[in-house]
Amino acid sequence: MVKITVIDREDKPHVLDAPTDMSMNLMELCKAYELPVEGTCGGMALCSTCHCYVQNDIELPEPSEDEEDMLDQAFFVEDNSRLGCQLRLTDELDGLVVKLAPTAG
Amino acid sequence: MIETDILIVGAGPCGLFTVFEAGLLKLRCHLIDSLPQPGGQLTEIYPKKPIYDIPGYPSVLAGELVDNLMEQIAPFKPGFTLGERAESIEKMEDGRFKLTSSRGTVHAAPVIFIAGGLGCFEPRKPPIGNITDFEDKGVEYIIKDPEFYRDKNVVIAGGGDSALDWTIFLADVASDVSLVHRRTSFRGALDSVEKVMELAESGKIKLITEGQVTGLNGNGKLNEVVIKHKTQGEITKKTDHFIPLFGLAPKLGPIAEWGLNITKNAIEVDTTDYSTNVPGVFAIGDINTYTGKLKLILCGFHEATMAVQSAFKIIHPDQKLSFKYTTVAGVNGFEG
Ligand SMILES: Cc1cc2nc3c(=O)[nH]c(=O)nc-3n(C[C@H](O)[C@H](O)[C@H](O)COP(=O)(O)OP(=O)(O)OC[C@H]3O[C@@H](n4cnc5c(N)ncnc54)[C@H](O)[C@@H]3O)c2cc1C
Ligand code: FES
Repeated sequence: MVKITVIDREDKPHVLDAPTDMSMNLMELCKAYELPVEGTCGGMALCSTCHCYVQNDIELPEPSEDEEDMLDQAFFVEDNSRLGCQLRLTDELDGLVVKLAPTAG
Repeated sequence: MIETDILIVGAGPCGLFTVFEAGLLKLRCHLIDSLPQPGGQLTEIYPKKPIYDIPGYPSVLAGELVDNLMEQIAPFKPGFTLGERAESIEKMEDGRFKLTSSRGTVHAAPVIFIAGGLGCFEPRKPPIGNITDFEDKGVEYIIKDPEFYRDKNVVIAGGGDSALDWTIFLADVASDVSLVHRRTSFRGALDSVEKVMELAESGKIKLITEGQVTGLNGNGKLNEVVIKHKTQGEITKKTDHFIPLFGLAPKLGPIAEWGLNITKNAIEVDTTDYSTNVPGVFAIGDINTYTGKLKLILCGFHEATMAVQSAFKIIHPDQKLSFKYTTVAGVNGFEG
C-alpha cells in the first residue's frame, strides 16, 4: 500500500491509499475513490479522459508511443502530462502527487 | 415518415443484435445513430482490438464482430438513419411514438429501444473558457462544407488523421491554413504526414508544432487565436476560423430530456424485461443501470433478447408468442 495524492479540478487534494498488489493503475484508483475521472476506454490509452499532471519529481516509467499518441487528443498538454491509466500502481509511486487535467467541454 | 415496429436509438452491438432477436419474432427494426457508421464504441474507439469474452469466440476483433453482426441481421432488412442524432420523442394520438432527428427526419413506431451506450459520439471541445461564445462565429468542430472556408484564414488544431486530411484539403481552398500541434510527430497515416510536411516546406501551409491553442479573442466574431508555444511563449495569430479536431467522445445528450428515470447518466430499468418508467420504451446495453449491472457486450445481448419478448406483447397484444429455437425454426428473413 502506498500513498498517492490526487488534486481534483477544484484544487482539492485527496490522499489515497493505493494498493500495489492488485495490478491497478492510477485511473482505476481514482475511479475507485469516485473522483471525477471517466476512463471511457477502460484503461487502454484510447480515450485520454484520464489525463493528469505529475506535480512532483518522482521517477516514473517513460510514456509509451501509444500514450503519446493519445495525449494528442487531450487538451492543455504539458511536459508533466500523463495518462493515469498507463501508470501502474507500484511501490515506486509512493508519495506521488498528480493533478487532474481539465476535461473536454 | 419512416415507420417500423421497433425504433432503435444507437447502432452499437446491442442495438444491432436487437434486430436479430426482433426478426425471429417477425418484428421489423430501424436504427438511428449519430455516427456515420454502425458499431458504436467498437467501431469508433477500438476496431482493431481483440475481444476475448464473446461466447464462442476465443478472440474476435471489435470491427470483425460488428461486420458479423451486420451479416447476421441482414436477412431482417433493418433500416438505418445514420449521421443523425435522435433529438426528441413524443407520443402520437394513435399511441405510437414519434421520434425526430437532428436533421428533422421523422420516425414512428409503437416501441422504442434505447441502446445509446455511453451516449452520442460528439467532437471533443477544447476547455477554453470563452469557446462557446465563438461557436458558429468562427469556431467549428466539424467541417460540413469545405467551400465555406474558400479564401478565408483558417487555424486547424490536432495531430490525428482528420487534422492532417483537412489541412491538406483546405490548403487548396482557404487563403491561409495553419496547423497547430503539440509535438513534432504526428500519429496520423504516414503519407498524410509526409504531404503535410511537403506543404509546409513549400510554404502552402504554416505548420506550428510544439504549440497548443489556449485562448481565443474576438468581438462577436473570432479574430485571433492565442497559441502557447513551447519555446516562443505566447503567440497570437489572426484568423477567421478555428477548427479543433481532437476526436469524438460520447455524451448522454438529448436522451436525458426524454422523461426517463436517470441515475449517474444511465437509464433505470426493470430487469424482468429492461423496460423503463415510460411504457413502450426499453433501454439495453451500456445505457441502462440496475443492481449488479455490468457494461459488457454479452450482457447487452441478453438484455436485447429479453426486451423484445415484452416489445412483442405491446406491438401485438392479441397474439400469443410461441418460443422456438433457431435450430428448429431456422432464420426466416423478410422479403424486401
Ligand atoms: C476500449 C474498450 C474495450 C472494451 N472491451 C470490451 C470487452 O473486451 N468485452 C466487452 O464485453 N465489452 C468491452 N467494452 C465495452 C463494450 O464496448 C460496450 O459494452 C458496448 O459497446 C456497449 O454497446 P451498446 O450497443 O450498448 O452501446 P455503444 O457501443 O456505446 O453504441 C451506442 C451508440 O448509440 C449512439 N447514440 C447514443 N445516443 C444517441 C442519440 N441520441 N441519437 C443517435 N445515436 C445515439 C452512439 O453514437 C453510439 O454509436 C469495451 C469498451 C471499450 C471502450
Ligand atoms: S482511461 Fe482511456 S486513456 Fe486512460
